[in-house]
Amino acid sequence: MKIDSAKTLRVFLFELAIYAVLVVTYFFFVLHYLGDWLHELALHHHYYYAGLAIVLIVGQAVMLEALTTFLLKLIGGRSE
Amino acid sequence: MYFPISDAHIHPAYLAVIGFLIGVLGGFFGVGGSFIAGPALRAVGLPWNFAIGTDLAHIVGKSVVAAKRHRALGNVDLKLGLIMAGGTIAGAEVGAQFIQMLKRAGNVNLVVSLISIAVYVGISSFMIWESWKTLSQNRARKAKRLKAKIDHSAFGHVALSIQKLHLPPMIELPVSGVKAISLWIILLVAFIGGIFSGFLGGGAGYIRMPAMVYVLGIPTHLAVGTDLFEIILSASYGTFSHAVKGNVDILIALVMNTGAAVGAQIGAISTQYFAGPKIRLFFVPLPLIGAAIVIYTLVTGQKL
Repeated sequence: MKIDSAKTLRVFLFELAIYAVLVVTYFFFVLHYLGDWLHELALHHHYYYAGLAIVLIVGQAVMLEALTTFLLKLIGGRSE
Repeated sequence: MYFPISDAHIHPAYLAVIGFLIGVLGGFFGVGGSFIAGPALRAVGLPWNFAIGTDLAHIVGKSVVAAKRHRALGNVDLKLGLIMAGGTIAGAEVGAQFIQMLKRAGNVNLVVSLISIAVYVGISSFMIWESWKTLSQNRARKAKRLKAKIDHSAFGHVALSIQKLHLPPMIELPVSGVKAISLWIILLVAFIGGIFSGFLGGGAGYIRMPAMVYVLGIPTHLAVGTDLFEIILSASYGTFSHAVKGNVDILIALVMNTGAAVGAQIGAISTQYFAGPKIRLFFVPLPLIGAAIVIYTLVTGQKL
């Protein structure tokens, strides 16, 4: 039981480390360049901004869910 | 990191950690977590209007992740969620109108604070009593070697009586194991939850999730997953409405969502290790935290 818990924790921490690297890359390459453009949109095109906000948050959530599920399967598979 | 839309400087790690914590709570209990996100965003200097709107946007993202995971575990009743979303959106509009009326009367803060404290404490007290009684009954069943139901509720007879009320159209919810229930009762439960959402802010999952269990008779795991699916629709509507009014910094919500994506999956998977009454008992502190925040605001005059 203790060995299983330690293994699960190790797998989770490994997943978190890979995930953190990907997310930091995402911050700098995507959010950094999107920022000014979204700011302009928020100031001058309220309805486009509102629609795009929903698309972005849902799109990112679907992508992150797929990524974390994939990482979990990949690492879980290797650790067995 | 600078966020130009709200003109705020916030460390992305802070946002990701807050998102992670709310993600775990949301995935496990099916709540939005506004009572943590709002004060957490305010604490780093984000104006109230942005804190409320951005929190809603983040709730959409977190709920997508958690609901997808719950759907994979068979915990989402799409039919029920779609019906409830309609009632919630209508109720939220009515709740927002109540706020406008109270603002005109000039006593909005006191009335909203007192009602919210009564609601939060009432829900927690009831859930302590019900979960405790159900767990005791389950222990007695086990002692008598009778098969204990996995998600039995001491309040289950009330839900059964409500399901027997014949107010056409009656609908079937096969995923939730409900053979027949009036459409109007589902809409009424969602509408009341929506009123609280518009009136007190946030997604009002702390009212809707218990109401689905105790009034509609939905099993706890399904109530959690379905509530998350319903929140995607109603919070999207709220996000759009707030974004048009200039209250959403979507960049902050996107960063928070990176932490929430992991947290929501952990929370959703964790529900599989606990029976319904235990999930309901663990839920008890959440409304009490909400009540404590409101009492603090009333006493000190400072919004958290």
